[in-house]
Amino acid sequence: MDGPAYRVIGKSLPRADAWEKVRGRPIYAGDLALSGMLHGRIVRSPYASARIVSIDTRAAAALSGVAAVLTHADVPRNELRMELPGRMAEATAGAVLATQPVLAADRVRFQGEPVVAIAAETPEVAAHAAELVEVEYEELPGVFDPLESLRPGAALVHEGGNVLRRWQLRKGDIREGFGRAEVVVEHTYRTPFVDHVYIETETGVGWIDAEGVLTLRVSTQVLEHFRDVAEVLRLPHSRVRLEGAYLGGGFGGKEDVTVECLLGLLVWKTRRAVQLVFSREESFIGHGKRHPYVMRYKTGAMRNGELVALEAELYSDAGAYAALSPWVLFYSLVTATGPYRVPHVHVDAATVYTNNPIASAYRTFGSIQTCIAYEGQMDALAQALGMDPLELREKNFLHKGDAIATGQVLESEPMLGETMRRAWAALGPPRRAEAPVRIGRGLAASFTPYGRMCWTRDSASAWVGMELDGTAVVRCAAPDVGGGQTASLCSIAAELLGLPAERVVAVGRDSHFTPRAGTTTATRQLFMSGNAVLKAAREVRRHLVEQAAEMLEAAPADVELYDGRAFVRGASDRSLALAEVVKAATAAGRPTQVLDKFDAPSAPTIDPLTGQGKPFNDYTFGTQAVEVEVDEETGVTRATRLVACYDVGQAINRQSTEGQIEGGAVQGLGHALLEEVVLEQGISKNPHLLDYKIPTTLDAPVIESILLESGNGLGPFGAKGIGEPAMTPTPAAVMNAVSRAIGRRITDLPITAERVLAKLKSRA
Amino acid sequence: VSLDLDFTLNGRPCRIDCPPHWTVLDLLRDGLSLLGAKDGCGEGVCGACTVLLDGRPIRACLVLAARLDGHALVSIEGLEGDALDPLQDAFAELGASQCGFCTPGMIMSAKALLAVDPAPSAHDVREALAGNLCRCTGYVKIIEAVLAAAQRLGSHSAVEGEGG
Repeated sequence: MDGPAYRVIGKSLPRADAWEKVRGRPIYAGDLALSGMLHGRIVRSPYASARIVSIDTRAAAALSGVAAVLTHADVPRNELRMELPGRMAEATAGAVLATQPVLAADRVRFQGEPVVAIAAETPEVAAHAAELVEVEYEELPGVFDPLESLRPGAALVHEGGNVLRRWQLRKGDIREGFGRAEVVVEHTYRTPFVDHVYIETETGVGWIDAEGVLTLRVSTQVLEHFRDVAEVLRLPHSRVRLEGAYLGGGFGGKEDVTVECLLGLLVWKTRRAVQLVFSREESFIGHGKRHPYVMRYKTGAMRNGELVALEAELYSDAGAYAALSPWVLFYSLVTATGPYRVPHVHVDAATVYTNNPIASAYRTFGSIQTCIAYEGQMDALAQALGMDPLELREKNFLHKGDAIATGQVLESEPMLGETMRRAWAALGPPRRAEAPVRIGRGLAASFTPYGRMCWTRDSASAWVGMELDGTAVVRCAAPDVGGGQTASLCSIAAELLGLPAERVVAVGRDSHFTPRAGTTTATRQLFMSGNAVLKAAREVRRHLVEQAAEMLEAAPADVELYDGRAFVRGASDRSLALAEVVKAATAAGRPTQVLDKFDAPSAPTIDPLTGQGKPFNDYTFGTQAVEVEVDEETGVTRATRLVACYDVGQAINRQSTEGQIEGGAVQGLGHALLEEVVLEQGISKNPHLLDYKIPTTLDAPVIESILLESGNGLGPFGAKGIGEPAMTPTPAAVMNAVSRAIGRRITDLPITAERVLAKLKSRA
Repeated sequence: VSLDLDFTLNGRPCRIDCPPHWTVLDLLRDGLSLLGAKDGCGEGVCGACTVLLDGRPIRACLVLAARLDGHALVSIEGLEGDALDPLQDAFAELGASQCGFCTPGMIMSAKALLAVDPAPSAHDVREALAGNLCRCTGYVKIIEAVLAAAQRLGSHSAVEGEGG
């Protein structure tokens, strides 16, 4: 392939932060200790649904070493509001949006809901005080299943009703579609609550700075939460500052507010520095999970495999408060058909309140559940048709110029067939196993949006500046969740400015001191902040080139920047160190520092009745293929080999891109085989890593990543986002592989040994 | 009541008083301001607090500091001499560290492995690191990094890769 020749972009480069991380040096949010710092502790509801009769904090407050024991009465505006700019009100019309209080007042709606916040001189005293808080509860009936929650007479979680939000998608004529269909397959798929299990729990430390600004250093994907803290405390937004730290993982679980408002409240009330660290158990019961879904799918096709109709009902369990549930479900709506041409589509989707844990953002944001269903359906359909599953997919894949079910026409080729064929081929020749082990192979194609919904009018800003020594600085408030976001921004600037990557540094991720970049969520940072850095760096480059042209007595068009020097094209003896150019440019009054902003293309909200419109600017397409071994005696499944092939547009840092894919695949494998938050009447039975298993080195398969680079993405250099897409197809591929191995269709996750054995005992 | 501990920390003598209920992790983080070992679960499952006690990997969150008296403790901060440990180099170069939170514990477990088995197979590495959870990397580059470090350290040439 003849791509443009980049000097930094696309290489496999160690990240600057890696050298610090291997030495154990980065100061994570929970590592920062300030002198005289208090320690926070949260008293949480042990009940999933109860009325608070009384809260008695007197004994706790009287304990020596306790600085504050706060209840709802101490919260100036007791509401965790989430105001996203950009037509969100319009898009939310008709929803019952129940926001969570910071501290529960008269009612608790899920186990783990915060009721009292304590600050004390030591963690031990804070823990003791928590035991002395007396909260009297009166248990209330609850509802713990989204389908039961929809029934008349179900206990109400909120006054406005249990349906948080419905969405619908209509295309063609579903009756006509099924009228034509020669083969119809119907299955119901069920997925569980899943936890992010970042290794670093939610943490933060806060203080009031010399200017009286409430400053919080928090492990968060969203520095813009400073506004939410300000709203809760009724402070001007400018009086609250969020300082970003390295994150010990996020995956969407640090997208909603976690410690921010509780911490801000404790600091503001005590006027002292406070540290708040959630224990692993608190993390399990306290933060939003991946939504469990029930998905009823009916897919119709002609005998030749051509899809003609798809009907789906999607129900997601939102848990006790709204959080991001409407939008998670919206991603499911948009992706409900999978990356296939389907002329007649009818999807009804509802996200429903229960007294289960809150569900909210988790990597793929609603795209993973539908992939399980649409790809399960494709394999079931292939079986019903007696057709090769790859051939069936190939026949129906979307191509450039085709429309997805919302009517949005794809402006570039998704390359789905190539991703599928290459992933499948790379699994290698078939292997045989001896009883009791059965081998199965399966795959799943997928599409996942990158970047926010078009109607949000998303934007990101960045500042790029040269130093007099010829190094460059990027300032951009994009939290680095560990995916290498910061290093990629530096690489983009380095490429433009002709510098080796290590001569560009990014300083600060801070709501006060760095340009607003927006959230590190929705696979948007490379697309959004990447483009902002690109724009700013391009402008700096223009000034440097003009200056160098003058100095080298050449036309600007003939000046090239690389290796930290300015050259005249074709005359390698005529060059200048960039530092000299920067000094001269500064002396000449040329700008060498530029602040710029990137605005994503926007579009109106989608039609609320038909779901028609342009929901997202672009999508990342790819396929994962996996081989599993299933022991038919024990039911235990092991993934042995996994191949992922995506069109990533352009890898910015190959190592980071592969890292995203490998990590996403293993996280998806956990979702497929191991992970489930087990609840009994809303009470978690496994809020510990001993009982909630995630994949270890012994569970992870050998993984191969195949990167296609079409250059068609909307990010810098034609890059697409990969963070979330990396995980989307894994559970579906594993489910299809296990189904193939045992000759029975698996439809429910996780695929535990018990489920496999039960299926094996059932008739095919 | 406090304990008077006398032990070797990262190759140097260390004398310190600490409360008797403190774990090794409490002592490292709160008593000695060595923050490389992380607290990911507090119950010995995630491995982020792994350090070496007399060369063997321990979960610092489960072992009482009292156990240190008269023994030798090595944490991530004690791994590098004039240069980084080959494991540290390999982890950084090969992208084995993403968010970095599990990295110190992961490297310490790998260090313990290479001390007893300088030429491990990929499967040996998987077994040795099975008690260290990572949620970012899928372990691929971690395993590669340990094998690469072994090779660099190694007199032994037979290092197996995994499948192709």
